Amino acid sequence: MAAPGGNTTKIKVGWAVLFVVTLVYALFPVFSILMTSFKTPGDLASNTLLPASFTWQNYEEIFVGGAQTLFLSALVNSIGITLIATAIAVVLATLCAYAVARFDFPGKKVILASALAVSIFPVISVVTPLFNLWRTIGLYDTWIGLIIPYLSLTLPLSIWTLSAFFRQIPWELEAAAQVDGATQWQAFRKAIVPLAAPGVFTTAILAFFIAWNDFVYGISLTSTEAARPVPAALAFFTGASQFEEPAGAISAAAIVVTVPVVILVVLFQRQIVSGLTQGAVKG
Amino acid sequence: MRVLEAGEESVRPKKSPRARAEARLGWMMAGPAFLIMLSVTAYPIAQAVYESLFSYRLTEPDAREFVFLGNYATIFSDSVFWWALGVTVFVTVVTVAVELVLGFALALVMHRALKGLRGTLRTSILVPYGIITVVSAFAWYYMFDINTGYINEWFSWVPGISSDLDWFSNFGTAISVIMASEIWKTTPFIALLLLAGLAQVPDEMVEAAKVDGATWWQQMSRVVIPHMKAAIMVAVLFRALDAFRIFDNVFIMTQGQHGTEVLSMLAYKTSITRLEIGMGSALSVVLFACVLLICAVTVWGFKVDLASGTDHQDAGKEK
Repeated sequence: MAAPGGNTTKIKVGWAVLFVVTLVYALFPVFSILMTSFKTPGDLASNTLLPASFTWQNYEEIFVGGAQTLFLSALVNSIGITLIATAIAVVLATLCAYAVARFDFPGKKVILASALAVSIFPVISVVTPLFNLWRTIGLYDTWIGLIIPYLSLTLPLSIWTLSAFFRQIPWELEAAAQVDGATQWQAFRKAIVPLAAPGVFTTAILAFFIAWNDFVYGISLTSTEAARPVPAALAFFTGASQFEEPAGAISAAAIVVTVPVVILVVLFQRQIVSGLTQGAVKG
Repeated sequence: MRVLEAGEESVRPKKSPRARAEARLGWMMAGPAFLIMLSVTAYPIAQAVYESLFSYRLTEPDAREFVFLGNYATIFSDSVFWWALGVTVFVTVVTVAVELVLGFALALVMHRALKGLRGTLRTSILVPYGIITVVSAFAWYYMFDINTGYINEWFSWVPGISSDLDWFSNFGTAISVIMASEIWKTTPFIALLLLAGLAQVPDEMVEAAKVDGATWWQQMSRVVIPHMKAAIMVAVLFRALDAFRIFDNVFIMTQGQHGTEVLSMLAYKTSITRLEIGMGSALSVVLFACVLLICAVTVWGFKVDLASGTDHQDAGKEK
């Protein structure tokens, strides 16, 4: 399936058009909100895609201006909560997937089936009881109060993806290394870790995307800047005055939280695609 | 879903003490993840089932009263619920159908594209996949919004669109933009799953069909699509379950106004905004039951075999 059949100009032009259409489809809304983030307040209502003059005003507003307390604390919360949840999820999922891939024990299928079941669970269905429980035991509006539900979002996908990766590792290598005189730990570290690391890394990226994207838990289980993550904070942005559109500041904040996504996607597209399809199709 | 058989090749000769040690180690390693998943889902849903039997507002804890299935009776006799269910089903059916067609087209483009372009295509298509749903909702909102948008200006030549069209003030236009943002954000997921499915269609079969004079459409419908049936059904099931839980974009764009209140929105407003815990819990249970129903219908009705998966080559190797 390498080159499209034939070399005629028509086919080449056709492919170029398809290529451009796909790029525009994928990137246009991002470009659109990027342009909104560069508009001056007067420009926001001009009903054009491009700003009349580019300004950093909206970024100043969220980093050093009036929306600073709202945005910066939300950004710190988002980064902190997401990274901690991702790290815990990946460690627990690695242990779990390793056990599932290498050991034969009763209940193994139950674990994998419940990971599947948890992943289809409507978040809204569990948020009311969690809201109640968190208020009773004091986890409401705290980092831990979000990290725990984020684990239930990230663990199922992490377990699938990693089980799929671990199934493909030639575990005989470990025994072979031991025969060659390596200790069990050396064998594991030298032979297995380099093979397993890419899978673990890919899983971490996918788990990060999921936790970074959360909105329902963010708006339901927090009430102040103590724990509110960025997606939830965006919904609470208001303009400097009642009559001012918060669109500029919201767009700038939206672009800031999109930057990590774009960086990860650009650097690791190959890994993300293989992780996604392994986890969901084979996994 | 090969996942259910993930460890099958590790079967070893059974020695009782060794098997027991292995089981203990296995559960020690897998247990924590399993426990957390269960406690954050099974416990709350059990709690929701229990709470749903009470008439209970958080603001009036003393007026809490056992009403048995009273909340469910209220829900099922309320037109607000049926409208929300109808809108949710409508959104699910339309978005999944459009995404399937669009996703297949994208998968074909990526599959057949020149090697040098594939990386760029995949990178760009992953941007909507990775972007925060709320950000996507704002991007689409500002495009169409009567104050900040430019769509009215660009498409004023289309009958029905003019500079004073407020997209978010009536049901038809509002739900269209909501669905458009949902489709944009989630089509890449379907496209990538279908791309993986396409890679498993044997090239020789397509070539053979070509030699036999099959048209492009015949190649697709007789050879390619039948080979991808399992991948398609898995993609549809996952997207349908996801679309049925739609919430973020509705919350950002309309807050459920003008008839765009989907089930998740209704449940959220009832319990978190109005603090009617009893009724909100009942709605949560109904929502959960709907998701289970979709799952059951797809798995049994369409015979999606979640245990055998779509990886024909892989399955062949192991058997």
